Amino acid sequence: MSENMKPVPLPRRYFTPTVIVIAVIAAVGLLFVLARLIFGIGAVTNLSNEFPWGIWIGIDVAAGVALAAGGFTTAALGHIMHKEEYHLITRPALLTAMLGYTFVAVSVGIDLGRYYYIWHPLIMWNGNSALFEVGMCVMIYLTVLYIEFLPIVTERFIGRVNLPGFFKRFNVSLDKLLRALDRGLDKTMFIFIIAGVVLSCLHQSSLGTLMIIAGPKMHPLWQTPILPLLFLLSAMSVGFPMVIFESYLTSKSFGLKPETNIMANLGSMVAPLLGIYLSFKLGDMVIRQTFVYLTEFNTASVMFVIEIVIGVVVPLRLFLSPQIQKSPMGLSIAAFLVIFGVFLNRMNNFIVAYNPPYVFQSYFPSIGEISVTAGFIALEILLFRAFVMIFPIVSVPQHSGTKAKFSIRSV
Amino acid sequence: MINESRRKFLKTSALIGAGITGLSTKSVKAEPKYVLDENRMGVLIDTTVCIGCRKCEWACKTAHDLPTQPIESYDDRTVFEKMRRPDAKALTVVNEYPPKETDQFPINVKVQCMHCDKPACVSACIVGAFSKEENGSVIWDTDKCIGCRYCMVACPFQIPAFEFEKAWHPDIRKCDFCFDRTKEGKLPACVEICPMEVLTYGTRKSLIERAHQKISLYPDRYIKHIYGEFEVGGTSWLYLASKDFHELQFPKLGTNTAPGVSEAIQHGIFAYFVPPVALYALLGGVMWINKKKAESNKNKEVHHE
Ligand code: SF4
Ligand code: SF4
Ligand code: SF4
Repeated sequence: MSENMKPVPLPRRYFTPTVIVIAVIAAVGLLFVLARLIFGIGAVTNLSNEFPWGIWIGIDVAAGVALAAGGFTTAALGHIMHKEEYHLITRPALLTAMLGYTFVAVSVGIDLGRYYYIWHPLIMWNGNSALFEVGMCVMIYLTVLYIEFLPIVTERFIGRVNLPGFFKRFNVSLDKLLRALDRGLDKTMFIFIIAGVVLSCLHQSSLGTLMIIAGPKMHPLWQTPILPLLFLLSAMSVGFPMVIFESYLTSKSFGLKPETNIMANLGSMVAPLLGIYLSFKLGDMVIRQTFVYLTEFNTASVMFVIEIVIGVVVPLRLFLSPQIQKSPMGLSIAAFLVIFGVFLNRMNNFIVAYNPPYVFQSYFPSIGEISVTAGFIALEILLFRAFVMIFPIVSVPQHSGTKAKFSIRSV
Repeated sequence: MINESRRKFLKTSALIGAGITGLSTKSVKAEPKYVLDENRMGVLIDTTVCIGCRKCEWACKTAHDLPTQPIESYDDRTVFEKMRRPDAKALTVVNEYPPKETDQFPINVKVQCMHCDKPACVSACIVGAFSKEENGSVIWDTDKCIGCRYCMVACPFQIPAFEFEKAWHPDIRKCDFCFDRTKEGKLPACVEICPMEVLTYGTRKSLIERAHQKISLYPDRYIKHIYGEFEVGGTSWLYLASKDFHELQFPKLGTNTAPGVSEAIQHGIFAYFVPPVALYALLGGVMWINKKKAESNKNKEVHHE
């Protein structure tokens, strides 16, 4: 089957009514980013000395990193476990991770009070700081992701370099350069692929270490020394659901047949991962006896129950059911619940659980914060669509006779 | 061919390993300045003698070039109606807790950075902008700070404040123990101005001794608790009070240091970069084996056909 499946650019009309709505959301978000740059963080957000971090960190960064886990999980499956049948999905997953991490970096940038000092951690080190480690790993991993994406760019342009007018004279040398780059990358790519997986494991878990230092400021339902492990396990279990959900959406929006087989295979791997995560989460709760907080009725306990039941238990049950395994729609719903659960978990850890000793006004995100967050998600979708149209990302069945000029490597 | 690719693989892996260990020797030192001098200074705050004149607030602002009303305006006691916290424009504030019985006096509590012995802010700051100095003060370096506000998330006393209203070059502000004044041999501004000698400046050791003496001399006046002696591993600023500190809105904190757990995890994951390098090698090995397996499978298929 995979013989006649080949990633190709999908030429379509870019703007559809949905795309226009998404573009408007993105534009509004960008306006608020501009406002933040001109008037400062205080003017646009509801952040305060009591609540120094809001949804730009809790959602854009923490949830953003977790939901980009499809990149390293599929890389591990496709390249490290060397399962060739999954090579079809490594490219879309790679693109999502690349865009996701790019926006994580951009979100950190606008949240930083002094964004023009964002490079400081490169030369000013603090090995004790979990944030330092997260920052460094994310920076390096983002670079690795760009490198991993390069072969797709070279593949797109080798033999097709066609600069207009004055630049025409460079066509041949540019083509040579691309070919050389491609050969070099081909030989060294495994270094970057392994590095990407290692870096992901490191910062996915360190993201959990972040809130540990907040100590008693954080609600005991979430505050635990095994937070890094929980973050890593949940990131691992959300990787494949992200790929399933996204491949379903892509196939719908581009009118392709969903990859039912691959989706089902990926789906069968989700349940064990979710099960491990759930057992650690519940085990931790039993050992630290935090279940007593569930008898109280407040935002924290309600959010915790929603996170566990709807975000973990229900999808776990769904992924175990044979009927669901067979239907792309069912798989996507189950996948969406896992995504929702991890999203909620990150938001809970960074926002709901954060309860400082002196609170004058509790935190709720401002219109500006919400618009920026929504705007960045919208931008990501727009870029994804554009990339899929320009670059060979999504695999489609090939009619015989359409031979590419340049043989395709399975990256 | 196989051998060659394997050799190349091993070589590259070894190179990467060496590169990372090279980095690690540097990174061990890559920590902010943290000294716990035996003779570090501190301040003992005796809340039982404070009259809430707020002259310390005025002196603090004046010493730190912060805008302030004239000193006379500080006689206005209506500010006590609301609990206040230090912020970027006031590094210390005094609050008042009215008495339960009418015949007692209200209690005034001056609040500022505690200058922890094991400060969460120093451990947390991504660029090491905070440091613990020989004289006990915890200070902040404007040339490093990137404005991430992780220090605020970390501080158990909710002290560092951020200039949210500034679009360009916002600062983190908090009490710096009058670092520039004490360097020149002057007293901290609040200690110098306080008319009631609420604030005693001295080595932390001597202050703790003195506090214990006070407690045993006047057991009716003080509760048996020096706030800051053991809280989060000890702080340079210490408090005495006549009633439970929790009633005076001091956070209830254990004796474990604030950064203890997270630093242990951090150093566990990064113990001389061994775990990441080991993971790298492991994944590399798995990848190589799987690739070989897949290749030999393919060869077999070819033979069958
Ligand atoms: S009170 Fe907060 S800001 Fe002050 S030294 Fe301790 S952790 Fe740092
Ligand atoms: S806001 Fe500044 S001082 Fe605080 S943790 Fe971030 S870089 Fe360090
Ligand atoms: S100056 Fe002294 S007496 Fe006056 S409020 Fe400050 S600590 Fe209390």
